[in-house]
Amino acid sequence: MFGLESKDGKLLLLVAALALLAPVILNPFPEGSAMSQFNAGYPDLMQRFVIFGILAIGFNILFGLTGYLSFGHAAFLGVGSYAAIWSMKLVTMNIIPSIIFAVIVAGVFSLVVGYISLRRSGIYFSILTLAFAQMSYSLAYSVLTPITGGETGLQIKSTDTPLLDKALEAGEIGRANLFGYGMGSSYQLELAGWQFTFNLGYYVAAVVMLISFYFAIRIFRSPFGMMLRAVKSNQQRMNYAGLSPKPYTLAAFVISGMYAGLAGGLLVAMDTQVGPERMFWTASGEIVIMVILGGAGTLLGPVLGAGFIKYFENIISKINESILQGWFAFLPDGLQDFMVAVVYPFIGKGWHLTLGIMFMLVVIFLPGGLIQGGQKIGSWLRRKKNVVAKDSTTKPAE
Amino acid sequence: MGILEIKGVNKRFGGLKALDDVNLSIAENTTHAIIGPNGAGKSTLLNVLVGKLIPDSGSVTFDGQSILGRQPHEINQMGISRVFQTPEIFGDLSVFENVMIPCFAKRDGAFRMHAYESIFAEKAIQQQAEEILADVNMLEKRHMIASSLSRGDKRRLEMAMCLVQNPRLLLLDEPTAGMARADTQNTIALLKEIREKRSITMAIIEHDMNVVFSLAERITVLAQGTPLVEDTPDNIKGHPKVREAYLGEAQV
Ligand SMILES: Nc1ncnc2c1ncn2[C@@H]1O[C@H](COP(=O)(O)OP(=O)(O)O)[C@@H](O)[C@H]1O
Ligand SMILES: [Mg+2]
Repeated sequence: MFGLESKDGKLLLLVAALALLAPVILNPFPEGSAMSQFNAGYPDLMQRFVIFGILAIGFNILFGLTGYLSFGHAAFLGVGSYAAIWSMKLVTMNIIPSIIFAVIVAGVFSLVVGYISLRRSGIYFSILTLAFAQMSYSLAYSVLTPITGGETGLQIKSTDTPLLDKALEAGEIGRANLFGYGMGSSYQLELAGWQFTFNLGYYVAAVVMLISFYFAIRIFRSPFGMMLRAVKSNQQRMNYAGLSPKPYTLAAFVISGMYAGLAGGLLVAMDTQVGPERMFWTASGEIVIMVILGGAGTLLGPVLGAGFIKYFENIISKINESILQGWFAFLPDGLQDFMVAVVYPFIGKGWHLTLGIMFMLVVIFLPGGLIQGGQKIGSWLRRKKNVVAKDSTTKPAE
Repeated sequence: MGILEIKGVNKRFGGLKALDDVNLSIAENTTHAIIGPNGAGKSTLLNVLVGKLIPDSGSVTFDGQSILGRQPHEINQMGISRVFQTPEIFGDLSVFENVMIPCFAKRDGAFRMHAYESIFAEKAIQQQAEEILADVNMLEKRHMIASSLSRGDKRRLEMAMCLVQNPRLLLLDEPTAGMARADTQNTIALLKEIREKRSITMAIIEHDMNVVFSLAERITVLAQGTPLVEDTPDNIKGHPKVREAYLGEAQV
């Protein structure tokens, strides 16, 4: 299918099905029930799942294949966002040109950063990318205020006059659209207590994510992808086999930078604003954690890791003390307070603690990430099934 | 005039003269062995030939073109492949991929952005890789991860990676070191077969005199960075200077 081997085609279909049905799958609990706070099927969060999925897919092409660990990819995300919003300010509020512009600008910027950073490898490469990203953040925050809006960032105001669009009313805040349809427009489906929201913005982002995922599979299965794994494995041998590792690594860097720019453009398309914090070094670190948590070098891992982190950030962080009290209300008073006190540090603002512990457990016990965990469970289940099958075949003989 | 001409090459490491005025000419389509005691500078000489080291002085030409100052991948693209003393392979990749990579390098050059084509569609490359793996008796190990191979298999894999490029000059740095006796015999047979099938020039460094005398048409004896003598295998065997400098020590 689409030039993919059948196994990869099935994987793409699976991801497509999950993405298209996400508004239903992610809302398993009826509205108003005690568990409904674990529902993740609302547009804002689902958009984040797929957009950060794109970011992680792109980062994995660099880190997963070549082993070069960039600590500055948030810079490309941010540059993509700024480029997208400028395209909206100057040309049109339609998201398509602005997303294309975001990808191009991020690509050019990553070419410059990559060309310089790739003069070194290992830890020095990581530090160089980190330095570039922090420089970008500081510039956006201060010196470049006329372009970036400084600390407050950028929005579309009524004073902006996009070339192709009607002027905004005084005081109106501009919202991105796709040929006139707002990204916020949704269709609500009520079904016997359940509530599902099908949001245009989410579906636009999901389709872009599927296309990105498709291209990533192509790259993984291409001679180019094999060369990138050769870069990770033995650059000496590449040289003596007649290959130049540098342009391969630079190409991977630029591709992953363009993926980040795409994600940055989509963030603006969904929520028409941007601030410099998008380029802060913790944002770069989060990308690294997503990919390692999910499984670097695997196709599905990065998407999984991105989903996991965004889920924690948005769901676990919203659980507060009174919700906890409710959960443990069935216990005797003293025990209830005790349980609340024990669990409390791990929820709400403490979600970082939970995530950190999880990350450590994964890195220590599953160096291949969550994907490896899935594979282990899968092979364990298969073994069990085989044992059962053997039992049932031996029984009639008795 | 030989396909490879080395003239007046010197290389110092600090106070040590690793190569001391080396002059050597290797004729096209011959197998030329370079022997000498440990530390004689044999590997250093090969390092100069593949662009890993730049000599302090002297000239090296391959097919009339200077190779000095060229990048290793450029030198390989001119038609020189090397098997290293300690195997240089892609340890994380499968045996099959290890052989396909140099094959792509030969066809597509040092860099090509073939990111959208599928490896599975590259039938010609796959066939070449399979043929060479069959030649080195490793076809059934094609799906193994290269780092999990035995030492002897790693050497044979590296040899396949070089041979699949159909090089004009093949440099072999102790290709049978670490191999079992049967594998050594197979390697000799393989190299003889390759030599008969296609035109190839080989420069081989070897400690195993059995290998040297089975394969070499010319032999150069290197000692302390300087070529002592160069002659046919028969003459080398009886040469007093060689016995003194090298063979005497090897005859255990
Ligand atoms: N990169 C290097 N730096 C310093 N000394 C070196 C280097 N490479 C080789 N040598 C020295 O040069 C001499 C020749 O080494 P080599 O060419 O490896 O000998 P061999 O004939 O055994 O292959 C040795 O004394 C070795 O220690
Ligand atoms: Mg040596």
